[in-house]
Amino acid sequence: MRAPIGWLKEFVDIDPDLSIKQLAVRLTQAGLQVEHIDDPAAAITGPVVVGQVIDLVEEPQKNGKIIRWCQVDVGPYNPDGQDHRGIVCGAHNFRPGDLVVVALPGAVLPGDFAIAARKTYGHVSDGMICAEDELGLGDDHAGIIILAPGSATPGDLALPVLGADQPVLEIDVTPDEGYCLSIRGLAREIGQLTGADYRDPAARPAVPMIDGGYPVVLDSPNCSLFVARQVTDLDPGAVTPAWMKQRLAQVGIRSISLAVDVTNYVMIELGQPLHAYDVDQLHGAIQVRSAQAGESLVTLDHQTRQLDADDLLICDDSGPIGLAGVMGGLTTEVGPQSRNLLIEAAYFLPAAIGRTYRRHNLASEASRRFERGVDPDVAQAAANRAVELLRDLAGAHIVPAGTVAGGVMPRSAHRLADPELFGSILGMTLEPEQAREILEESGVQVTDHPSGGWSLTAPTWRPDLADDYDFVEEVGRKMGFDKVEARLPRAPIGRGYTPDQRARAAVVTAVSQAGFVELITLPFIGDAQLDRLDLPSDDPRRRTVRLANPLSDAAPYLRTSLLPGLFDAVLRNTSRSLTDLSLFECGLVFHAVDSQAQLMPTVSKRPSPAEIQQLLTALPDQPRCLSGVVSGQWRPYGVFGPAESASWAQAIWAVEVMASALGLTLSRRAARMAPWHPGRCAEVGVVVDQQFQRVGFAGQIHPRVTKAWGLPDALSGFEINLDALVHARPLTGTIRALSTHPATKQDIALLVDRSLSSAAVEQALIRGGGPRLESVQLFDVYTGPAVDQQHKSLAYALLMRDPQRTLTEAEATVIRDQAVAEAAASCGARLRD
Amino acid sequence: MEEMDAAVTSEVDRGKAAVQQAVTMGSLETLISERNRYIGKAARLRTLQRQLGQLTPDERRRLGGIIQQGLAQLTQAFEQGEQTLERAALEARLLAETVDVTLPVTQHPMGARHPISVLIEQMCDVFIAMGWQVAEGPEAEAEWLNFDALNFSSDHPARFMSDTLFIDPASEHRIMRTHTSPVQMRTLLTNDLPVYVVAPGKVYRADEYDATHLPVFHQLEGLAVDKGLSLADLKGTLDHLAKSMFGAEIVTRLRPHFFPFTEPSAEIDLLCFVCHGQSAEDPSHPCRTCHSEGWIEWGGCGVVNPRVLQAAGVDSSQYSGFAFGMGIDRTVMFRNNASNLRDFVEGDIRFSRELQGVAR
Repeated sequence: MRAPIGWLKEFVDIDPDLSIKQLAVRLTQAGLQVEHIDDPAAAITGPVVVGQVIDLVEEPQKNGKIIRWCQVDVGPYNPDGQDHRGIVCGAHNFRPGDLVVVALPGAVLPGDFAIAARKTYGHVSDGMICAEDELGLGDDHAGIIILAPGSATPGDLALPVLGADQPVLEIDVTPDEGYCLSIRGLAREIGQLTGADYRDPAARPAVPMIDGGYPVVLDSPNCSLFVARQVTDLDPGAVTPAWMKQRLAQVGIRSISLAVDVTNYVMIELGQPLHAYDVDQLHGAIQVRSAQAGESLVTLDHQTRQLDADDLLICDDSGPIGLAGVMGGLTTEVGPQSRNLLIEAAYFLPAAIGRTYRRHNLASEASRRFERGVDPDVAQAAANRAVELLRDLAGAHIVPAGTVAGGVMPRSAHRLADPELFGSILGMTLEPEQAREILEESGVQVTDHPSGGWSLTAPTWRPDLADDYDFVEEVGRKMGFDKVEARLPRAPIGRGYTPDQRARAAVVTAVSQAGFVELITLPFIGDAQLDRLDLPSDDPRRRTVRLANPLSDAAPYLRTSLLPGLFDAVLRNTSRSLTDLSLFECGLVFHAVDSQAQLMPTVSKRPSPAEIQQLLTALPDQPRCLSGVVSGQWRPYGVFGPAESASWAQAIWAVEVMASALGLTLSRRAARMAPWHPGRCAEVGVVVDQQFQRVGFAGQIHPRVTKAWGLPDALSGFEINLDALVHARPLTGTIRALSTHPATKQDIALLVDRSLSSAAVEQALIRGGGPRLESVQLFDVYTGPAVDQQHKSLAYALLMRDPQRTLTEAEATVIRDQAVAEAAASCGARLRD
Repeated sequence: MEEMDAAVTSEVDRGKAAVQQAVTMGSLETLISERNRYIGKAARLRTLQRQLGQLTPDERRRLGGIIQQGLAQLTQAFEQGEQTLERAALEARLLAETVDVTLPVTQHPMGARHPISVLIEQMCDVFIAMGWQVAEGPEAEAEWLNFDALNFSSDHPARFMSDTLFIDPASEHRIMRTHTSPVQMRTLLTNDLPVYVVAPGKVYRADEYDATHLPVFHQLEGLAVDKGLSLADLKGTLDHLAKSMFGAEIVTRLRPHFFPFTEPSAEIDLLCFVCHGQSAEDPSHPCRTCHSEGWIEWGGCGVVNPRVLQAAGVDSSQYSGFAFGMGIDRTVMFRNNASNLRDFVEGDIRFSRELQGVAR
């Protein structure tokens, strides 16, 4: 809301000692945040005065332009002994006798534009006749400013005449303070906040009204009041006076026609949106009702609107003539020929107007005010003010008979049981009496309640004051939240992060310290991405959660995998010449589940346990995943040797790092699963009670997938269900006694079937070797001429140690042989000669 | 006899000189051959020792002592010479092994956390230290928990499809949470009182995607419900958080505002920690941190609206509370001078690496 100080001063005597900045601070402290102070006068220095054009001569120039050589009377600013100044002007929208604005030599206009007498087009131009934009008052450069005849005397300072000597406050009005979307409301607030006298513009004496006005029928609960007043014999030639245009421009409203400007002016002044009808185009009684199926309306903007049964309409015998509170209809529009007008000032249910203007995408100054709640008690004053202005400015005759259909519902009283609440909630030292005074200044009627406490009746312009805490806030705003004294509450002794939170943090820290860069990507995907992942039609990752209103039709689902986002990141980095990549993301993925519709229980009490259960859980399955990719070189070529390419091995290693951060030993087995390479995909999991429980996959990405995405060839990655990994971790552990005796090391080479996994052999060795086999380390895998085609040779270093004494070589050999025997029995391994 | 005495003395002196010479030459080889010569089996002093039997017992004892002493002196001299030479040899070898210690040593490029994750962790740490808990909730959420329970009317503009992402079909009332505030209600429905929790996480809006808007961003929510809490406790808590993050000198203000789920409501503003508000008065020194506005809008907060407590079945005549929420992405923007929100989600590794290593 833009609020010109000059307009506010009509209704509130702002303390002249209060600077505009101090006023802005006070308003901001009360929740009326002054976002900007617009002060064009501050950018103008030197004489800018009113002049009257005495004479002008048009002089065509060689360049085709016609300039005007004008003689302008600027009163006391005329050169000595003369009654005018000569000024060259390029505009043509004025006549001799017009009052104009003249910047005299010595004046500096916005943009450091210094005015001086200068020779141009063969004359000495002794000043400048100004347009709106040159004074920083607007963007109109179509012609120079012409002041209303008789509105000033030559030589008067121009800015006060223009109403531009006063700054304009740009105030962010919160949704609950609709009444501050008016000069009336803001003036009232300023009066209360600064202790200045306030005169309610709605309480001005008005032209009397008698019954028997235009017939109006209210046929919807969404309209509780409709005031109609009429004028006749409007002078169609009457134009909007400069002062009104100027004020409307200051609040950001363009001048359209006198009738429209008057309705807008009253709306800004009093906060009540008005609508003007051409009475001669009305057919029969006005009816306010809901739309019916199939009805349509051509609105003022010439658009045909298909109406919704929820839309509130203004109708006459011809059908709909307006979308109530949002936009008028074309058939009854006030045009240049309109002589007889009907002014509507109505109260519509805020929510109904909000729904309608959003449905038709017709936000406006009027609909915004209706949605936030207009003071129903101002309707009549607004209608009166409008017809009076039309009388004064356009010679219209006010029809004595007017209409008040419906009425103003009186506010019901609210009982506040404990007046100490103000201090205890605001955290200020505040006597109840102090709160009472503030509330009374805010227009609240405060009386003692027979059952104790207070009875509070809010004024009609404050629909936001309903509950105890609303009144508390009102007192707080008026006190200023800067009076709140900070105090640190003492929470009960805590236990820190939960074990699961700590575990997740440990995993994320470990994987980033292992050299992976964390990303956050947008979680929306589409069928194209799922197809490019090569997912079969029955893959669970195709059980997507679809958005009803996706941001992009190409990505209507929530992600079921983090890989698409990481793949896109690889592409983006690669396109920026960043090719050696180790990336990860940790975030939720979403899987559709069959469940009942969510509940919408009453908010007046706690839901039942069954309802709570459904509210908390009848949602998509949303596990937290941690996925990563590696691409390009794992270790770059450099002084320490040749480059090492990133491969499936680093992807799996990253998963091992994550598990190790949790003290967890993972198992791996070969798997075939999209989007992984069929021969280079590890299913990763934990073995619990001899059951393999999957936590994710790691390996190389299938070449078909990398090709479909346009990704580098040997891209590898992992996708881990972090929730599953965290839940699989051991919650505690044992630290065994450390043997101080030396260990014995023996190497063996085993011949096994080529397809056998090394993990199986290792497990067999560990089983066979027993507790004194301290470690088994695979240090070589050989296939080649020394071994036949069906076999491979696995070379292991075995480390054996006894807790109590030093093992002899012979004892160590027994352990080794037991280990080999088990590998032979369960894996068909034999010791290589 | 004196001849023999003199012979011993001069042999010891010669031996010492030989050590000196070998050390000067830097030759361990010479030292070893000289040691054989002066104290080895065939050494002159050993020969003299063997001839002692020809002397009288007194003479034998006296001269034997002198020879023993001479041998001990020489042994020590040779040992010292050897140590000196070995130390010098090691020094020479190590110098020959000199490397360029400024060579790049990276084996694998460093990893990095995303600035958002780091900031979330840092903010949570502040609350953990105060005894609060970190609460969590899903991103796909029940509409009731996100809106109704938080006192959003059924017509509230935030609930329109132009603002909120709905899960299909919208008639089943599931949405992508538009703020972390549904975690407030989840906490009140599942925890015993008192409650002191913060809830960080992703939130979703049907918003455009450009340099200053993201459809998915992050918030940190806070909720305290206890007996006797007021706006003063809210201010104290937020001041503490602000000091933890921006230094003890930071100045905050509560500015009255409006939110459906708090009453009274406020916004918490920070006096710009770079220009201290001076850029607002002085156009010649613009400030990119606060965009020359002096104050930085940090987040929304207020006293929990009793209607919210009522929806959770909390007796508002016994309990009161406060809540707050701030944008994490926005905080990174002004705290670290990030200029383009798109960089937060486009995955360029340089973005996460910018603040690598240090929580700042």
